[in-house]
Amino acid sequence: MFRVTDKPINLDELIRYVTDPEAGAIVPFIGTTRNNNEGRKVIALDYDAYPEMAEKELARIGADAAKKWPICRMAIVHRLGPVQIGEASVIIVVSSAHRDAAFAASRFAIEEIKKTVPIWKKEVFEGGEVWIGTQTGQPLKTD
Amino acid sequence: MNVRVKFFAILRERTGVAAVSKEIEAGISVADLWRQLQKDYPKLDVPGIRLLYAVNQSYVGTDHRLNENDEVVFVPPVSGG
Repeated sequence: MFRVTDKPINLDELIRYVTDPEAGAIVPFIGTTRNNNEGRKVIALDYDAYPEMAEKELARIGADAAKKWPICRMAIVHRLGPVQIGEASVIIVVSSAHRDAAFAASRFAIEEIKKTVPIWKKEVFEGGEVWIGTQTGQPLKTD
Repeated sequence: MNVRVKFFAILRERTGVAAVSKEIEAGISVADLWRQLQKDYPKLDVPGIRLLYAVNQSYVGTDHRLNENDEVVFVPPVSGG
């Protein structure tokens, strides 16, 4: 399951989705909005996305993780729109037969999300707002 | 020929539009299109911004040639998570 959504993310639903009789571990990762960033007092975050491509990229991350580690199932859901302090902006849940694969795949997924998935966060802080992000993905030298 | 350009995040704020249809010469590259759009929307000249280019929902290189009805998105620095 690889989606973006305007609604609060339901962790229980994702855990049910990855539950598998072959699995001996389920690892959830919850990215939450923090009330401070680089000395600014953050009031809220507002996420924008290119939704069709974001979901394709999330699915690509899931497929890459499945090639690298023996995982059973994976779900990634990213929230869009305004997200209040302390709420989940992204949840990744991975199941695997043994815990190492699920921990590694989860870590891989959150790092990849921050590099390539077309989702942008605007930080609303006391005194202003700013789009966050430094491009770490490299332009492809193809064609 | 025409291509469809969608703007997101800082670029949508700079242009004030979410999407435009743009008539271009056949065979120009995605980087050429970006330079043309900067003439249409001078505010797209964001100092120091590093863009990735996406055509039909996949990342492409700067010299990727455009085709009729392509969907083009200029991807400012991403910050999901």
